[in-house]
Amino acid sequence: MHAYESDFREPLINGDKNYTIITDELVRPTEKTYRGWWLMLLVFGSLAGFFVFCLCWTVFYGIGVWGLNKTIDWAWDITNFVWWIGIGHAGTLISAILLLFRQRFRTGINRAAEAMTIFAVICAGMFPVFHMGRVWDAFFIFPYPNTRGPVWVNFNSPLLWDVFAISTYFTVSLLFWYSGLMPDFATIRDRAKGKYRKMAYNILSFGWMGTAKQWQRFESLSLILAGLSTPLVLSVHTIVSFDFATSVIPGWHTTIFPPYFVAGAIFSGFAMVETLMLIVRKVFHLEDYITINHIESMNKIIVLTGSIVGIAYITELFIAWYSGFLYEQFAFYNRALGKYWWAYTMMMSCNVLSPQLYWFKPFRRNLYITFILSIFVNIGMWFERFVIIVTSLADDYLPSSWSYFQPTWVDIGLFVGSIGLFMTLFLLFSRFFPVIAIAEVKAIFRISSATAKAERAKEAGKSNGGFVGHTTFGILDKDAK
Amino acid sequence: MATVKESNNFILGLWDHEEVFLHAIEHIRHDGLEIFETLTPFPVHGLEDALGYRATRLHTAGFMFGATGTTLALSFMSWVMVTNYPLDIGGKPYWPLPSFIPITFELTVLFASVGMVLTYCVRNKLIPGYVPRIYDKRTTDDRFALVFDIEGKSATEIEKIKSLCSGNGAVEVKNRVFTENENLQS
Repeated sequence: MHAYESDFREPLINGDKNYTIITDELVRPTEKTYRGWWLMLLVFGSLAGFFVFCLCWTVFYGIGVWGLNKTIDWAWDITNFVWWIGIGHAGTLISAILLLFRQRFRTGINRAAEAMTIFAVICAGMFPVFHMGRVWDAFFIFPYPNTRGPVWVNFNSPLLWDVFAISTYFTVSLLFWYSGLMPDFATIRDRAKGKYRKMAYNILSFGWMGTAKQWQRFESLSLILAGLSTPLVLSVHTIVSFDFATSVIPGWHTTIFPPYFVAGAIFSGFAMVETLMLIVRKVFHLEDYITINHIESMNKIIVLTGSIVGIAYITELFIAWYSGFLYEQFAFYNRALGKYWWAYTMMMSCNVLSPQLYWFKPFRRNLYITFILSIFVNIGMWFERFVIIVTSLADDYLPSSWSYFQPTWVDIGLFVGSIGLFMTLFLLFSRFFPVIAIAEVKAIFRISSATAKAERAKEAGKSNGGFVGHTTFGILDKDAK
Repeated sequence: MATVKESNNFILGLWDHEEVFLHAIEHIRHDGLEIFETLTPFPVHGLEDALGYRATRLHTAGFMFGATGTTLALSFMSWVMVTNYPLDIGGKPYWPLPSFIPITFELTVLFASVGMVLTYCVRNKLIPGYVPRIYDKRTTDDRFALVFDIEGKSATEIEKIKSLCSGNGAVEVKNRVFTENENLQS
């Protein structure tokens, strides 16, 4: 066989399956509306509507309706931006980096995680765009020939690098995601009953046939897009961290930022993937495809990246003390014990302490704990960005201008509303698109499924006197009966 | 609409296991039969080798698109900062190469990805709204199919194709004739 996997490894597709069943079970969610979908769409759709309302309010009255002031001129807006971008990173990590490392557990979760990436980047992009104030002039950030000189954008500025990084990231993620979706849309098309449904999915599938030559190019394309996305995803959050690191604000001007931001992004992204996937697998009955094994693998990545983030926090504190630089020391003393101590405590306990539970296997494999901790990590990572951004600005060089940030209802509305927008997009995706990559799951079926392992064990059983590798998967017991 | 008259008569062999399918392809090609089309529901490893396809040159195209992006980004930024609107920023050099690296990298990736996906769509005939010939609906579900063109073939040749398919583990062998109506749709 072309690929080998030890039969003692836990399967990635559980239950007695074949290709027909896999198609049935993975396409079914797109064929009927599940219970509560309309209700959830109503709730999150209203939130998304409120988001649009708050954006209109902001544009109409100006940025003054946010809680920003002269001292704290970046607060929730940039916090939300970095938080959403970070969440997006797990999708690319799963689809690209795990593909390069040949981690087969990616196939169960990559489609939804990539969708999450795209929706998160959409939410993220809203904040800097609307922070510009005169949003109709937003195209000024692109270098284009103009009648003002021409005056060009400043190619030395990390904020401009961010424009290129985020737009490239969005485009490449979208292409990667969609090129994988085409064959699955064709599968839905070929099962479709109604004429219009068939037509719609044929358009979505771009007329995919599944010829050997198409698949050969498909494989080549996915591999190279994965190879390109891997450095891309690292560069994107590196550049996001440059927005802070290249400034001269104590607390921001730190060389540790790029790796620390990238680890934090992956950390928060995986938490969001878990939050969503635990719901998806339950609602769509996809427990056989998103197994406890998948959840455990993600929890291992969470404890790794969470600990990297923890080391980064402590390194920052140590270096602030060790530098002997008064202003840096003040910024970090202030961060941990100043007026924002509660935010720092939230960050430390959610991001550093709570994931440590995952050193223990029973916690890693417990769905309830995983769900609760994934929410904790999402909260903690939002606070991390808040702590970095707001505490560093609040007490600046001049005591007379020290300030305390208080969000207005528009700030809160934009944050909560962006979650509504994200969830609305995700709900629409999960209703009309296959949430699991059907073709990719089929491609690992002969290698990693419980059925294939049981078949191989039965073959081996014939030749070596009845030794069967793994009776624990349940499927063999059923065959014995 | 096609200028060359396309065949409408085919024989379809369907398999349900990819390993049997791969062996069947080897045997059938060994006997000198020409396979018109191969359809699978997912990428089967080793299929292009079994069919004797040459490697795709998509990655070469990707490299060339990427190199275009690199050149364009570097030369454009250099032209702006050095020739078109030189700015003295605190006496720093007019040509700050290190700060060009992020945008150069991003544009390299952007050009390579967009260019490659477009090439991929063109070469694979993937265009929204294009209606492909569907030989059998199950080839995107659970069947691996070989398609043989039998336009103008003799009865003995057709019989040979059929027997080779079923002799090599095909679960189903059938004729597939495209009607005028189906052709109009595609």
